[in-house]
Amino acid sequence: MQVVSQIGESVTNSLAYVGSLASLGGRAAYYTFVAPFQGKPLRLQRAVSQAMDVGVRALPILSLITFFIGLILALQSAYELRKFGALNLVATAVAVSMTRELGPLITAIVVIGRSGSAFAAEIGTMKVTEEIDALETMAISPIHFLVTPKFLAMIVMLPCLTIWANSMGILGGALFGVAQADFTWARYIQASIDALFLRDITTGLIKSVMFGITITAVGCLEGLSTGAGAEQVGRSTTRAVVMSIFLVVVVDLVFTVLFFFVSGS
Amino acid sequence: MNEERMDALDSEAMISLRDLRVSYGEREILHGINFDVMRGETLVILGGSGSGKSTLLRTLVGLERPSSGQIWIKGKDIAAISHAEMDEIRRKIGMSFQGGALFGSMTVGENVALPLREHTKLEDSTIEIMLRLKLEQVGLAGFEYYMPSQLSGGMKKRAAVARALAMDPEILFFDEPSAGLDPIIAAGIDQLILELKRAFRMTIIVVTHELASAFLIADRMVLIDKGNIVAIGPTEEMRASIQPRVRQFLDRVAEPEVARELDYLQMLTEERGRRGTGAT
Repeated sequence: MQVVSQIGESVTNSLAYVGSLASLGGRAAYYTFVAPFQGKPLRLQRAVSQAMDVGVRALPILSLITFFIGLILALQSAYELRKFGALNLVATAVAVSMTRELGPLITAIVVIGRSGSAFAAEIGTMKVTEEIDALETMAISPIHFLVTPKFLAMIVMLPCLTIWANSMGILGGALFGVAQADFTWARYIQASIDALFLRDITTGLIKSVMFGITITAVGCLEGLSTGAGAEQVGRSTTRAVVMSIFLVVVVDLVFTVLFFFVSGS
Repeated sequence: MNEERMDALDSEAMISLRDLRVSYGEREILHGINFDVMRGETLVILGGSGSGKSTLLRTLVGLERPSSGQIWIKGKDIAAISHAEMDEIRRKIGMSFQGGALFGSMTVGENVALPLREHTKLEDSTIEIMLRLKLEQVGLAGFEYYMPSQLSGGMKKRAAVARALAMDPEILFFDEPSAGLDPIIAAGIDQLILELKRAFRMTIIVVTHELASAFLIADRMVLIDKGNIVAIGPTEEMRASIQPRVRQFLDRVAEPEVARELDYLQMLTEERGRRGTGAT
């Protein structure tokens, strides 16, 4: 009996959590897409500086990681393809798995580590020092003031980063192709482009937008629900990272299933 | 405006609390608070740690929702009004937080100008003038380009007061204005409150446990203990009070924090249930 009630409790808790995420996301969407037409201007300046943080400053580390991932993918697929003497299919394998899956996913994970955690820490600290309360007593919505610019920055920058990550991954694969599989750089790139359908790229980008929304919602929600005391900020940050990674994988699964059946029919 | 008219204005209640109860989860913090704050008066809310005085202040500015009762501010019951109406009222109140709560990523000037930029359509040059004026009022002229982290504790409080004054509020709230300051700096903040009171006839509500400061600035005082009002009255009446609980507080008579170990344990476990809420 106790087990059942415990399961029930954790299910309701998870549903409540998803509910608060959706409510936060909904309010941020309102301030991003509706409120600007009702005389509440967007904070473009803040959004741009967030976008610099989320996007541009992530480029070096993201490039390096996805280049290596591309190389690893090429090596791993070559291990199998070699048996069939089909090493020239390495380009296809790398290009498709990068754009459809690993590009968006690796980008999301790098962004969670750099920005999702930073969102939670920033908002959590503001909560502890009563800055969030101060905003409210000044009749300024913390969602409008803090969360909306982050949403905007994420929704724009994550797809951009994903495109960049895809290209770096393909470049990583090309290094193997040129060194081991008798490709030239130009031929490898051409083979990758031939292997890709536009659909492969767009599904990856749609996913990355959803990841961006998820990461921002979790980071900001964890920040806003920080309790009293500095040690709570650390706890929120950790929770933000763990929950984001988990939810990004769940969202990934849902959309992959969706795309599988949509494009299969 | 003649004297009589002024008196009539002053006797009007700015804030009225009627059987205000606030709970965190199962635990009730305030057990039915009733009092009025008149226009232009300075009311000091006294109480020890855990007495519920900060909760009372947070409820007054709309950061906590009462579980029952009414809070009339300028003729509106903020326990029952919509979000938009609450924002309307919030533009007429200013709050100075315990640690200042200045935004660390903005300069002092940007902090003070924020409410003006958010809620008015004033030109940048006008806002610039206004923020200099506000900073001058609190004795921080010339500090608009400093970051909050470069200011001392007392200066942070002054900057926070300047920000609270930005929208020319009718009611000003202070949470522990002298907490964490040395006596000289704290006396300076008391002087600032007195000046504001003289210059603008503002309604000021101060939560504190600093007795010296309370007696200096208050017109009336409320003593709160364990979520109930112990005494309320003009400063002189309080000073002369013979009520044991009041005397104990004013004469700083020591009392063991908790009578029994089991009570303390129970208090702790209840405390854990109050996750996510601020200090008392």
